[in-house]
Amino acid sequence: MIEKPLPIPDGDSDVFWQGCKEHKLLIQKCEDCSSYIFYPRVLCPNCFSEKVEWVQSSGVGKVYSFTIARRPGGPAFKDEVPYVVALIELEEGVRMLSNIIDVDVDKVDCDMPVEVVFQVEGDFTLPKFKPRAI
Amino acid sequence: MSIKRAAAIVGVGDVELEKGKVKHGHSVLQIQAIAAKRALEDAGLSKDDVDGIFVAGLWGLPGIGSFPSVVVSEYLGIQPKYTDSTQIGGSAFEAHVGHAAAAIQSGLCEVALILYGSTQRSEKSRTLAGRPPVLTAQYETPYGLPSPAGAYAMAAHRHMHQYGTRPEQLAEIAVATRKWAQLNPHATMRDHLTIEDVLTSPMICDPLHLLDCCLVTDGAGAIVLVSAERAKDCRKKPVWVLGQGESHSHWSIQAMPDLTVTSAAVSGKRAFEMAGVTHDEIDVVQIYDSFTITVLLTLESLGFCKSGEGGDFVSNQRTAPGGDFPLNTNGGGLSYAHPGMYGIFLLIEAVRQLREEAGERQVKNSKISLVAGTGGTLSSTSVVILGRD
Repeated sequence: MIEKPLPIPDGDSDVFWQGCKEHKLLIQKCEDCSSYIFYPRVLCPNCFSEKVEWVQSSGVGKVYSFTIARRPGGPAFKDEVPYVVALIELEEGVRMLSNIIDVDVDKVDCDMPVEVVFQVEGDFTLPKFKPRAI
Repeated sequence: MSIKRAAAIVGVGDVELEKGKVKHGHSVLQIQAIAAKRALEDAGLSKDDVDGIFVAGLWGLPGIGSFPSVVVSEYLGIQPKYTDSTQIGGSAFEAHVGHAAAAIQSGLCEVALILYGSTQRSEKSRTLAGRPPVLTAQYETPYGLPSPAGAYAMAAHRHMHQYGTRPEQLAEIAVATRKWAQLNPHATMRDHLTIEDVLTSPMICDPLHLLDCCLVTDGAGAIVLVSAERAKDCRKKPVWVLGQGESHSHWSIQAMPDLTVTSAAVSGKRAFEMAGVTHDEIDVVQIYDSFTITVLLTLESLGFCKSGEGGDFVSNQRTAPGGDFPLNTNGGGLSYAHPGMYGIFLLIEAVRQLREEAGERQVKNSKISLVAGTGGTLSSTSVVILGRD
């Protein structure tokens, strides 16, 4: 059994991964230009301001695009296939990569509404998404 | 500022493959040396003429491969006056052509050697695993995205969702490319292929089937670029660099602004403006085909058709031999060879077409060729427009 690759946190991401442990999806917002930012950075990639603050995302969004992995993304994911990897567009406007779980893989489609769920993986809690009833 | 006609390609070289592997168990440095010698012989130049070196690759990592232009120069016995290891993925060599032409125009070097090699197939080093989950990859690798196929698959799904593009339209590209490979004795895959074959091949990452994906092979290539002055004394007629552009919009697929538009919209625009040619004047086109969707998005981003019209554009085998848009005439990464960073082979084939050295697959009366490289996960692009006298 090969262990799955887990994040190696750093100065940008410590707060983000700690938030996931507390079931909070934290993203950043620039105090100067009001842009939302993901992944976390030391400055705003829109206006270069260093006044970036952590805010909690609603965790609600939709599938921008997705794929069904029929072959694993490395040996650690061999037992998972088929599984869905997707780009989620959060309602704040930022995109993040994740998995869609608790779903029939063939029912996933672009623009499908989803919401965040937190899944423990080793010493980490990863934000994943499931279909959202609307 | 323009580098138009500042430099010409006067030599190309590569190595033969057997079932996608280099012969005699050659190492990645051996095959680059063989390709370099062949390209210099093709140009009628010697090793001692080379004063600029441009190398990118994914060999020798972690380790000496971090310094490819330095390591390769040492192996070849070259001490350059200009050195460049620009690494932007598979489009690096199109960028090298622009950088070399600019260096030649500035008088910083006169004879530039661009080199690439890979023994990924022989070494069985290629997997679908993501990159180590550090820095920006920590937000990607833990989710198991097959790399790079999964990212390209997401682009394909988005294009299908927005524009109604169909899997059989992507398959048209794979089939047309195979027909070119059947005319190239050096191509790895030459068996007859149908759209049905593509659509019934195993799904790798929906909606991309096995036959929507490029091959995994070894390979090596070399290109010699010289100043206009030096071109007069070379063995072969010059193939001029008329225009070049480069750009990148993201590295990780989650940061790509629009999954249906690549930065070829930027790099292609500059190349066309520099060359002063229109789309209609291009006779033969070489577009990076890591996946069928790569070709479709690049055609649109370059402006050969409008956004969303790529599926119709490639239908009815338009890009096949005998079609009115000859594309990837060596058989491409889909059927000729794909050693990981394919971009140098696009340039080599464009030169062979413009010199009328392409044998059975020759596109008659080709005077201007466009080459469009793509690297990473639709991350970087570089476009070169070449022309003969």
